[in-house]
Amino acid sequence: MPAVRGDGMRGLAVFISDIRNCKSKEAEIKRINKELANIRSKFKGDKTLDGYQKKKYVCKLLFIFLLGHDIDFGHMEAVNLLSSNKYSEKQIGYLFISVLVNTNSELIKLIIQSIKNDLASRNPIHVNLALQCIANIGSREMAEAFGNDIPKLLVSGDTMDVVKQSAALCLLRLFRTSQEIIPGGEWTSRIIHLLNDQHMGVVTAATSLIDALVKKNPEEYKGCVSLAVSRLSRIVTASYTDLQDYTYYFVPAPWLSVKLLRLLQNYTPPAEDPDGWLIFSEANLLVRACNQLGQFLSNRETNLRYLALESMCHLATSEFSHEAVKKHQEVVILSMKMEKDVSVRQQAVDLLYAMCDKSNAEEIVQEMLNYLETADYSIRGGDGIKSRYSCEKYATDYTWYVDVILNLIRIAGDYVSEEVWYRVIQIVINRDEVQGYAAKTVFEALQAPACHENMVKVGGYILGEFGNLIAGDQRSSPAVQFQLLHSKYHLCSPMTRALLLSTYIKFINLFPEIRTQVQDVFKQDSNLRSADAELQQRASEYLQLSIIASSDVLATVLEEMPAFPERESSILAVLKKKKPGRVPENDIKENKSPTPVTNHNNEVNNTSIGSADLLGLSTPPTSHPNSGNTGVLLDVLGDIYNKPNDSTNNTWFVDPKKSTLLWSDEQAIKLSVQMKPVEPVLEAGAQIQQMINAECVDDYTDCPSIVVSFHFTNGPQKITIKLPLTINKFFEPTEMNGESFFARWKNLGSTNQQRSQKIFKASTPMDLQAARTKIMGFGMQLLDGIDPNPDNFVCAGIIHMRTQQVGCLLRLEPNKNAQVSPSYVIFGVFRMMRELKMYRLTVRSSKESVSAELCDLLSEQF
Amino acid sequence: MQFMLLFSRQGKLRLQKWYVAHPDKLKKKITRELITTILARKPKMCSFLEWRDLKIVYKRYASLYFCCAIEQEDNELLTLEVIHRYVELLDKYFGSVCELDIIFNFEKAYFILDELLLGGEIQETSKKNVLKAIAAQDLLQEEHDKIELNGGSEETRLTRVCGRRHGRRHK
Repeated sequence: MPAVRGDGMRGLAVFISDIRNCKSKEAEIKRINKELANIRSKFKGDKTLDGYQKKKYVCKLLFIFLLGHDIDFGHMEAVNLLSSNKYSEKQIGYLFISVLVNTNSELIKLIIQSIKNDLASRNPIHVNLALQCIANIGSREMAEAFGNDIPKLLVSGDTMDVVKQSAALCLLRLFRTSQEIIPGGEWTSRIIHLLNDQHMGVVTAATSLIDALVKKNPEEYKGCVSLAVSRLSRIVTASYTDLQDYTYYFVPAPWLSVKLLRLLQNYTPPAEDPDGWLIFSEANLLVRACNQLGQFLSNRETNLRYLALESMCHLATSEFSHEAVKKHQEVVILSMKMEKDVSVRQQAVDLLYAMCDKSNAEEIVQEMLNYLETADYSIRGGDGIKSRYSCEKYATDYTWYVDVILNLIRIAGDYVSEEVWYRVIQIVINRDEVQGYAAKTVFEALQAPACHENMVKVGGYILGEFGNLIAGDQRSSPAVQFQLLHSKYHLCSPMTRALLLSTYIKFINLFPEIRTQVQDVFKQDSNLRSADAELQQRASEYLQLSIIASSDVLATVLEEMPAFPERESSILAVLKKKKPGRVPENDIKENKSPTPVTNHNNEVNNTSIGSADLLGLSTPPTSHPNSGNTGVLLDVLGDIYNKPNDSTNNTWFVDPKKSTLLWSDEQAIKLSVQMKPVEPVLEAGAQIQQMINAECVDDYTDCPSIVVSFHFTNGPQKITIKLPLTINKFFEPTEMNGESFFARWKNLGSTNQQRSQKIFKASTPMDLQAARTKIMGFGMQLLDGIDPNPDNFVCAGIIHMRTQQVGCLLRLEPNKNAQVSPSYVIFGVFRMMRELKMYRLTVRSSKESVSAELCDLLSEQF
Repeated sequence: MQFMLLFSRQGKLRLQKWYVAHPDKLKKKITRELITTILARKPKMCSFLEWRDLKIVYKRYASLYFCCAIEQEDNELLTLEVIHRYVELLDKYFGSVCELDIIFNFEKAYFILDELLLGGEIQETSKKNVLKAIAAQDLLQEEHDKIELNGGSEETRLTRVCGRRHGRRHK
């Protein structure tokens, strides 16, 4: 008879029935409070409570907790139960602890002591209870306390199978909290050999453990490969009776098989593949898998459709199966449009994004936009970004690009991040051929009665720059443009209003005929006396500017914005001059050959210039706000800014008749550098500045060196300096909300290659404010309010390179209390305490080498 | 696996098991959010959700929802089967299990879960082995009870009858 056995606590059952019979929420709360009071008085007053009663009351507390009420007592009684000799009482004690006790509770010492006693017990079921508890709530303290005992239990010959199972997972839990607890040496092979164990349950548990160990140290655990392969082959070839209860609905040991395959995934197949046979069969398999999945796409079972889309997403990223996946484009588009289940639609969008390439970008982006018009608001954000990315990634025609982005803003404005409209403006400004088109398009878009604020921003900016291109048409005359924009003004946030005010002053320059109208707007109380300081300032300054300045001055001040450096090339060294440089004419004539020295690796012409005072810099470039930064960056800056001090100045700055500067760089292929040539000869005492534009072609590590060589009285001179041009200088900060952050974080974390993590001790006192400044100086967008822990920093940014754009996400977790053991406090070794403060830095990006380099660069700063 | 929740169609939490250490407040928030999200989904929809940076796998059995949160690299399909195996175990142990069995014997539901999953990892996939372990536990408990019964405590026996009757009456 499948009866529930055991003692069934009557009091508990009665209480549960009472609660269920309560007619109202109030009655329930009343009943619970009555019970809590009863239990509290029993725990307090009645010293003669026996184990059974304690167990019963602790169980009632657990039930009350499950109902959603807070429990603030009873912990001590639960801990007492741990030392009971009766299994059922012990078990309830452990249950309460694992459900209700926080790992940093002050009771943890007592709990650890009880666990220790049970681990040493001769009764295996007591040992097992203790192990289960550690496996469920294991913490760092537990790792310290039990790190030695558990490996022994795991591999010892006379441990029972069930205990081994628990021990394996227990060790896994502790390993996850502190990686150093795993003993090496002979233990390695004994742990690996658990894969050969007779008991499938032991193998299952051990495989999880070994997988984690392998990820930490693949080389040491290499031996597991052959064991895993043979175990897997035995499973596959086993008969039904061999596997007995491990066959699950006619599938032989599915959980174990998948675990073993996962384990093997950590190792790459042998490199020798003379006939390309492996590659061939892999490719073949992938294509077949893809065809099979294609059939599932129209299966009636929703789960199957979901999983098929998800798996195809993986296949789309493999070169062997990308084409095979593309065959299913139509069906996938259909599921994006027609699926009733948002989960499935989301997968379809992901897959479309993954299968997007030059050949189908236009069609897919169009479909995504169509879909966005009708999509659930909850997923517009992520999807909008996706279509933007696929669109930019494969954009060939910029008119199309502008159309798509403006459409995107129109449809899903709320979910379009700032970075999106910045980018469209960059594109428009840099490309003459789309400016008129863009002006016309935004003008039309602004006609809509309800128009998204982001559209007003783009419209304001573009019309301010290029409104003149459409002003010839009567329908979009200057006055019409102005009125159109201003009709949106009062509905906008202060930030957008400020932008519009700038547009208006640009209008005064572009269209002098509407000057009075514009001035009237500036003069309005709501602007000139705005409570918002920024608006007030802009209104009054622009007003004055329009009154005082001549049209020439206005034209200069409000000249069209210069083109953005393509692909986010960053200005790296703004060489400030102390005095204006001056090159006498006769010197130029005399100078016959300021031989330009070209680095053959470098695709950009390096020039030779006369600039002896290049090194006489005094002001660090404003682009490095790394205040209080003592890491690599300042060292490098120091190289530039401090080395050539007065003594060197005296030797070769006194009277340089002729000097030549040679530029070179180590990362020639990875970086493309552009400089405007400057005069080849520099007069004594004069200074000259040279701007260097650098474009990142591909990611690189460390930072480039610059070789300055020049001629000076005594002959050729050469100086090598490191430029503070680390990869993070190519960041474009990216704003995003929590949802899209997590979505991307998750996407980027799907493989180990994309993430890089460092856990390191703080080298300076942990000052979160200072850390914040450093993080902000790194170039990514610091995103506040996204991480549940306010002390953590999360950032997002895109590194622009010529070959690609690499999206990067970063998370820095300061752990102020890490590892401060009480003994340090007692001894007052505060310095040590400080050193033990830890940071964990995680970088996820779409490129492995970038993650690693960013992680290295930033970790040195703390 | 990060956590497992059991809740009813009315949104009442019946069991929660956390394998990650979160403050109670956060646990409550997560629980509330997930229950609302899942209850809003229609029956024909799939069993998977992307939620924050986790994958949610859930399945409804009669009036009870079983819901697991797993990490990105974990397998949804296997998680769904873990849920199913858990339900099979409960069913076998209680004898065609219903929500009431879990309400009145929540501690047993926990013990069974601990035999199946440990620290968020699957420990034992064999139904026989799990049930054997639980039967051994029950046996131990009974032995203790017998000792008490010999002491003549009539209440213990009554308890057993009463506990069962409560369970049935509400079916």
